[in-house]
Amino acid sequence: MAEISFEHIKKNFGSELVIKDLNIEIKDGEFFTFVGPSGCGKSTILNMIAGLEEITDGAIKFDGIAVNELSPKERDVAMVFQSYALYPHMTVYGNLAFPLKIKKIKKEVIESEVKRISFLLGLDELLKRKPRELSGGQRQRVALGRAIIRKPRVFLMDEPLSNLDARLRVEMRAELKRLHNELKITTIYVTHDQAEAMSMSDRIAVLSDGLIQQCGTPREIYLKPENTMVAGFVGSPPMNFIPVVLKNRNPVEVDCNGLIISPLTDSPPENKGVILGIRPEDITVSSHKAEGGSEAVVSIIESAGPFNWIDIKWGDTLIKGVSDIDEALIPEDKCFITFSHDKVLLFDRETQRRI
Amino acid sequence: MNKSLFYITTFIVVSLSLLPFLWFVNTSLKTPIEITAIPPVLVPSGTLNSYQSAIEDYNLLHFLKNSLIVAGITTIITILVSIITGYTLARLRIKYKGLIMGSLLVVSMFPQISIAGPVWKILQDLGWLNSYQGLIIPYVTLTLPLGVWILASFFKDLPPDLEASARIDGCSHFQTLFKIIVPLAAPGVFTAAILVFIYAWNEFFFALLIMTQQDFQTLPVGIALFQGQYTMPWGEIAAASTVSTVPLVLMVFIFQKRIISGLTSGAMKG
Repeated sequence: MAEISFEHIKKNFGSELVIKDLNIEIKDGEFFTFVGPSGCGKSTILNMIAGLEEITDGAIKFDGIAVNELSPKERDVAMVFQSYALYPHMTVYGNLAFPLKIKKIKKEVIESEVKRISFLLGLDELLKRKPRELSGGQRQRVALGRAIIRKPRVFLMDEPLSNLDARLRVEMRAELKRLHNELKITTIYVTHDQAEAMSMSDRIAVLSDGLIQQCGTPREIYLKPENTMVAGFVGSPPMNFIPVVLKNRNPVEVDCNGLIISPLTDSPPENKGVILGIRPEDITVSSHKAEGGSEAVVSIIESAGPFNWIDIKWGDTLIKGVSDIDEALIPEDKCFITFSHDKVLLFDRETQRRI
Repeated sequence: MNKSLFYITTFIVVSLSLLPFLWFVNTSLKTPIEITAIPPVLVPSGTLNSYQSAIEDYNLLHFLKNSLIVAGITTIITILVSIITGYTLARLRIKYKGLIMGSLLVVSMFPQISIAGPVWKILQDLGWLNSYQGLIIPYVTLTLPLGVWILASFFKDLPPDLEASARIDGCSHFQTLFKIIVPLAAPGVFTAAILVFIYAWNEFFFALLIMTQQDFQTLPVGIALFQGQYTMPWGEIAAASTVSTVPLVLMVFIFQKRIISGLTSGAMKG
């Protein structure tokens, strides 16, 4: 188990700076996720922690001791890959036992450890099979088992669930969370799937263009996104952004399609150009006019099971909201939207930062 | 239509390449009178006299032993060096990879006759003429480009995650190479090994040049020297030639089973 800190980490590939000054402390036993669009440098971070990529500048420390110069072996980390990376010429038993064999651990100990892990992950029946005879979910579990068998200081997971089908993915999320609660090993997880990040992590760092856009608990990131990138990336479907005109600075008032809204802000806005952000799940669409409702036109209705997602034309803007499943809405027909003003966020149009 | 064309072409090609081989197997089983008979005798009497004579009078087993030593050791050294070099060139971050691969290829382009003189001089200065190493070292040099190219391309095709995984599981570069990479590239390793062995087994020119004493001569040279000033022992030559192809055929049959593609399926997604 270990506490991991990044101090001014930079990484170049040739002349391209892929990680620009990364500073983060990951606590002992924490489930920490790097999330971001593809190409944002998140896998590179993982490879630097593992020792598979050299660090261009700065220091990565495990429990306060820099590990920059240590080989992957000396860092004592374990990693689960997106591709599973099972050794195809070995059986499940061979794969699970491999990290221990390399450590030259006694055969009896290896045997009992493999037994324990295969029981924990439900692999007992499959020990004699080769990876090619396993299903995706089983391979994934073997990869996990191979990582946890030697009780590493840190777990690294590089999009481990992205090759599984949707249902299995949800199951494995819970399984990973359970394993983490049981083993309490510092886990660093990388994914492009914000839902995965939100559901499992103690803390999340949203990464884009080689920079941390925001680091915090899932709740903080969802409720108080630092900028439009984070606000748009986290949550599905993404947040609605509407360019609006600032009416009054103190108290803050904006004019949005004729509706005067006074959102809660941390500080008065500096510029007149602001963007209003509101999540689709906070907008209620209805066929009857309610108090404070604003008129709009229904564009597309998507069923989500317990409720419907509704694309609406509100003035000049296209936004998304939700409606009750029994709501009588017809495309191209009139509707009314309501939302609570304290759910509204304001962003500076120039800096894209939340106000 | 297409299928029959395929079978006819296959038949012609296979017959053309097999016919000389079958002819000398046939000849090796004839008596001297049958060999020189006109018109030729198609069905031999099946005598093994030529084999007995090749072994007893012409030292066939001695040449066979020399060939096995030279070709065997050449193959082992070349494959070991090729594995390490091929892996380095395929995976590790080193400068001028393309240049190194290119130079390797260029080395193998020189006609043998053009390097024969310098090689002979070097071996003479080392005192290695008429010694096993005197033939093995030039063979290794000549077969390395082939081995490195075959193995480097095999290694390149293996999923890099496997190596990363092995490194994280605690392997050194060498352990990764020999515990993970080589077993997975087994088809490539065997292919390279067979080609190198065949080259060293059949090579005639350097063997003739370097091995002037019968003690160290290999099969091709040995067989060529069966011929006396006034004699041409066709039966013994045919018998020796038949014997000399047996190890090659055996090797291909044994390793064919190991040359299975798709060994890596199942390791990765999909």
